Amino acid sequence: MTNANQQAVALYSNDFLREVEERVEEGEWVKMCMQCGVCAGSCPLGNAWQHTPQKLFMMIRAGKREEVLTSDSMWMCTSCYNCIVRCPRKLPITHIMHGLANYAHRLNLAPKGQPTREVARLFWNSLAKTGRVNELKFSLAMYFKDGIVQGIKNAMAMQSIGLALVMTKRLNPMELFGGHKCKDPGSLHKMIAKAREIEDRKKGFTS
Amino acid sequence: MAEMKTAAYICSGCELGNRLDVAQLSKIAQKEGKMALVREHAFLCNEEGVQMIRDDIEKEAVTHICIAACSRRSKTEAFHFPTVAISRANLREGVIWGIAEGEQHDEVRQEMAGDYVRMGCAEVKKMTLPLGNPNHAHNKRLLVVGGGMSGMTSALEAAEAGYDIVIVEKEAQLGGWAAKLWKRVPFKQPFAEPQDTGLAELAGKVSSHPRISVYLSSTIAETSGAPGRFSVQVKGAAGITTEEVGGIVQATGFTTYDINKLPELGGGKSANVIDQAGMEALARTANGAAIKRADGKEVKSVVFVQCAGQRDESGTHLPYCSGHCCATSVKQAMYFKDANPQVDTVVMYTDLRLPGMGEDFYRSAQQKGVIFTKGKVSTVAASGDGCEVKFRDLILDEDTALNADLVVLATGQVPTAGVNLEAWNPIVTAAEGGSAEAKQQRVEMQKTSVLNLNYRQGPDMPQLKNGFNDSHFICFPYETRRTGIYAAGPVRRPMDMLQATEDATGAALKAIQTVENASLGRAAHPRSGDLSYPIVRLEGCTQCKRCTVECPFGAIDEDERRFPQFNESRCRRCGTCMGACPVRVISFENYSVDTVGNQIKSIDMPDEFSEKPRILILACENDAYPALDMAGLQHHVYSAFVRAIPVRCMGSVNTIWITDALNSGYDGVMTMGCKHGDNYQCHFVKGSELANYRLSKIEDNLKQMGLEKERVISHEVAITDSARVAELINDYVAKIQEIGMSPMKGFN
Ligand code: SF4
Ligand code: SF4
Ligand code: SF4
Repeated sequence: MTNANQQAVALYSNDFLREVEERVEEGEWVKMCMQCGVCAGSCPLGNAWQHTPQKLFMMIRAGKREEVLTSDSMWMCTSCYNCIVRCPRKLPITHIMHGLANYAHRLNLAPKGQPTREVARLFWNSLAKTGRVNELKFSLAMYFKDGIVQGIKNAMAMQSIGLALVMTKRLNPMELFGGHKCKDPGSLHKMIAKAREIEDRKKGFTS
Repeated sequence: MAEMKTAAYICSGCELGNRLDVAQLSKIAQKEGKMALVREHAFLCNEEGVQMIRDDIEKEAVTHICIAACSRRSKTEAFHFPTVAISRANLREGVIWGIAEGEQHDEVRQEMAGDYVRMGCAEVKKMTLPLGNPNHAHNKRLLVVGGGMSGMTSALEAAEAGYDIVIVEKEAQLGGWAAKLWKRVPFKQPFAEPQDTGLAELAGKVSSHPRISVYLSSTIAETSGAPGRFSVQVKGAAGITTEEVGGIVQATGFTTYDINKLPELGGGKSANVIDQAGMEALARTANGAAIKRADGKEVKSVVFVQCAGQRDESGTHLPYCSGHCCATSVKQAMYFKDANPQVDTVVMYTDLRLPGMGEDFYRSAQQKGVIFTKGKVSTVAASGDGCEVKFRDLILDEDTALNADLVVLATGQVPTAGVNLEAWNPIVTAAEGGSAEAKQQRVEMQKTSVLNLNYRQGPDMPQLKNGFNDSHFICFPYETRRTGIYAAGPVRRPMDMLQATEDATGAALKAIQTVENASLGRAAHPRSGDLSYPIVRLEGCTQCKRCTVECPFGAIDEDERRFPQFNESRCRRCGTCMGACPVRVISFENYSVDTVGNQIKSIDMPDEFSEKPRILILACENDAYPALDMAGLQHHVYSAFVRAIPVRCMGSVNTIWITDALNSGYDGVMTMGCKHGDNYQCHFVKGSELANYRLSKIEDNLKQMGLEKERVISHEVAITDSARVAELINDYVAKIQEIGMSPMKGFN
């Protein structure tokens, strides 16, 4: 994966803006930002971010590749869409945030253990395997992502809710063994592989 | 002239009859006003009422009428009797609408109405019917100084409207600044690409227009005269030609701020730091191909530094924004991107200002990949083969730097406005006092003049701010203080080409208005159409020169005997000269020291023990008097102890009115004029400022008379101040009641 990063660096030398335009979802919009700061002021989580969307866009233009891609800022986006609604330049900001996060993830530059990143990874892995999200396994994986001890503590804390869910037939304990799946997971895997191949081609990933 | 025959008409419509004792007012008009005819009417402004007046004028040979009804600002069309002198007693807005209702106020209300009738009668008897400036002239040709975009547009617009035009251009060809451009900022849909300047076509139309004649490589050696009869000496290669014109448009444009004054930005230090004009030259040389620097190297990276030497708060450079430069840099960045999209183009700005449809243009540049960085440049210095631009990134909040092959500084517009009269006048005074040095300075200064006016007040138009030619920014942006001469384009204020062409059209229309008015012997704006004009009784003149100096419009010259010489067509009828004259020899037929003075003296002055003070209000007719009318209309109730007289401009207030009023027993005098100073709103630009100065001296007079200084008070009043005027009046009446009645009552 770091390999992918080295390739990208070699390919775009120091033109980070072009890299973003070509390889990040909706990245071609970054140049259109007029730095009004409306997104930064609109984001309900704005003050929790190290760099607001406005700043991220400026950093991209200023070629601050390392700082942008290793930042956890874009991982903070909750997809509330406030910014998209308000941006006078109609930038799909939310999608760009996700695009940047995804790109940083693919290059393996995204911060390790970043909670959003971990949730997303577990969710995707569960989904991509069977075509269905296995809620029980997903929840357990979440509980235990920070180790056995923490996992047991988490499970204990959620015990009563878990039991209530079982009682009301919202949670099937049998899901722990295999679990339900879509009709043909094999074809789903092929589709996903194909989609990734197309994306890689479009975005110029060689691996 | 026919014998004076007076008549008063008292209206009882609009509730006047219910709130006032009209019969008593008629008696006042008859007995005290000495009106030969007095008539009442229940609805004076209707057809029948108007016909009654008309019949009296025709059959009874009435020459002077006083209409006691609504404000002089109302029903002007109904009460339009151009063959007689008219005064208006304001009983509606000024009395029944503004004064408290109810029986307990009947007495003071009636007294107020009675005084307004007395005043109207007193005024009209001192008036004569204005007959129009006898020295008017009919030349309607226009001179356009400057053959650039603004000048050519002005010329063409006026020519198309049927006027003959002379253009004088100092360069050997038409085009001015626009001729130096590769392309212009777009002014048509979709506002996305730089556009052809269209100059060749415009110049072609101008050169071939049957109504336009053009002098190239020529300047103006002298301008004399007045609207309708300017005489202009055009100096060209072939010598001097005299052109007679009626009006002038000055469209002399601008030069760029000298880049050498910006060494910290590399100006004059590095060949790779140029201004926007230099950039246009490079683009013209490239002619659409890759742009090269002066040394022949193809430019691969360029930084545009906005606001270079502009919006400067330190007092070193231009304090203002030139308005066009952001769009110009956007356009120039596109020159690079259009020739080669690989060129790195950065526009470095603190605020990007793209008025009009500039937003679309900005977006288009972003689409093309121009990078916009919000940053404040500290230095530009030669580095390697190019330049290093050091700046503070205002978004990322850090000091950083960029390297570029070429740096373009967006310097501003410096107007070509001619001599600064504020610097000129002291030099002239010194030169006339015999100083050899000042004489030399005067000669040097005169060389920079554009118009070379032979006016007593100096050779060019006054400058308003930062060296730009005149403009009444707030109310009448095209107006200048030299009647019949209009500034158009960037000589008036910083602007882009599109604004300049609109401006030029406006100025052409203004010039047309003046020549038309002048040819009829009427005033130009803002008393457009006024037939009165200043008349001076030279026998009494002491040659103090106050009128010559104070006339805001430079209308007064000096004759060989050093007497003031009025150029009526240049006069705007503000009356400032009348207010200035210490011996009171200047007057208008329908507005004079006497028409106002007589009103002041005509009122029925209660005695000292009546507890009914009388306060005179001198209110500017442009703003304060309408505000008073509005106060009435909106029922902002004010004291019935005031008596308001409209004046043409505060500048026309002669201090004799104030001292006369106080001498005859008024307890206080309020003046209400327009705002003066930097953001002045005075319709006559300097009138209220001069009045303010004169009034600042009134305290001495008060002291001599043994009166408190609070007996005279001045306020700046805007037309929107209707509620405020009522408050001002009521506060002042309370104040006067506190000080006590004037001790001067009963001495006359
Ligand atoms: S709201 Fe849009 S234009 Fe404004 S700073 Fe954010 S992304 Fe840029
Ligand atoms: S969509 Fe994301 S970036 Fe936009 S305002 Fe919401 S949380 Fe902030
Ligand atoms: S001061 Fe006013 S009224 Fe007098 S000459 Fe000048 S413009 Fe005319």
